[in-house]
Amino acid sequence: MSFISRGFRGKRRDTASSSRVPPGQYVVNDFPVLSAGPTPRVALSEWTFVVEGEIDEPKKWTWEEFRKLPAEEVTKDIHCVTKWTKLDTAWKGVSVDTILEGVETAAEFVMAFSYGGYTTNLPLEDVTGGKAWVAYEFDGQPLHPQHGGPARLLVPHLYFWKSAKWVRGLRLLKEDQPGFWESNGYNMYGDPWREQRYWGD
Amino acid sequence: MARTAVLGRLNWQLGNVAELVQETPRVASLVFDVPAWPGHLAGQHVDVRLTADDGYQAERSYSIASAPEDPRLAITVERLDDGEVSPYLVGEVRKGDKIELRGPIGGYFVWRGGDDRPLLLVAGGSGIVPLMAMIRHRTAGKSTTATKLLYSSRSEDDIIYKAELDALAAVGDGLTVAHCLTRTQPPGWRGYARRIDRAMLEEVAWPKAQNPIIFVCGPTPMVEAVAGHLVDMGFDAASIKTERFGPTGG
Repeated sequence: MSFISRGFRGKRRDTASSSRVPPGQYVVNDFPVLSAGPTPRVALSEWTFVVEGEIDEPKKWTWEEFRKLPAEEVTKDIHCVTKWTKLDTAWKGVSVDTILEGVETAAEFVMAFSYGGYTTNLPLEDVTGGKAWVAYEFDGQPLHPQHGGPARLLVPHLYFWKSAKWVRGLRLLKEDQPGFWESNGYNMYGDPWREQRYWGD
Repeated sequence: MARTAVLGRLNWQLGNVAELVQETPRVASLVFDVPAWPGHLAGQHVDVRLTADDGYQAERSYSIASAPEDPRLAITVERLDDGEVSPYLVGEVRKGDKIELRGPIGGYFVWRGGDDRPLLLVAGGSGIVPLMAMIRHRTAGKSTTATKLLYSSRSEDDIIYKAELDALAAVGDGLTVAHCLTRTQPPGWRGYARRIDRAMLEEVAWPKAQNPIIFVCGPTPMVEAVAGHLVDMGFDAASIKTERFGPTGG
């Protein structure tokens, strides 16, 4: 039992949505911005997306080529480790299953890497099977740079730092390695329902 | 010395509220005795958890305001009237209360000191808090690292830590403080009287050749604008560390 905070009542949320809010999170209606440095400026004419690492022939798309891949529209709840949860966010992008179609690999992990140098690690099985996308639209509009545009990874079942902004590729790895926040105190996996925020959680 | 890494699980622990300091009409510092605090770095934060008597809980993260050298742990909280946690921390909490804490958290937006690069700190509103931990760390460690703070507030009454900053800047050990007031200025105000813009940064910032370490913390539009100007001015993006808070929080 936790310590009771004298006189604290809190703002109760309605029970309909509370089953969708992981422990320690609260619901926001706006879309907060978090990032560790300046927002990278990526011209669409220069933008590419690559799959490399444990793969016989690395794959690469230009922006034009990437936009021709079959896209999906998904509506998901997202959970930031800084405690906010945003329900029913609407995205359009390419499933990572589509990106990895036909790829044979011995890899069990991926490192997503981004313009600006950001990285984050994920098990391969957490980005395949309809669980992850490379998204370029939010709410029917091109994804704003401060939210990760031109394109960001979207892995809504994990804390949102795993959904790398400004993503430019996936590196297929046999062994797990920590990415940027995972080297700076944050959990290697990041399951919001198990409140895996930090090292040791 | 503060530990640089905490490898085990960060457990919840009780902090005793030893002191409350009203910093501005809307902002207060809570100073805790935390018996098993593992130490922290300047710039890190701490999670706070409140529990109602029926078990309902709310958690938030707050930047640590105190220096690593300080035996007590301080956070500084802005009261958001529609918030859930901040009106409790600023208004309800009394000296002697106990609050659950977990930390320290974050290993990137930190300044350890001990190198020769000058510091440029740019703050908006309560974004001053983690930067104040760095300034206090600099003072506590008797560092003379050349440091410039550019601090934007709405009005003179909204300047957090004003007396302490004035006193530290008066010491003359290499800390300079420039204020800007964006909404109202008192008669005879000699600081800046507009939002932080590129011209202001060019006047205040260190020359690029001095390769400063830059920390920017404030509301998202301010951080986006300042970081963008600094990149345009030629500073290395990798030397610009940002932390942002939006209108939400609470």
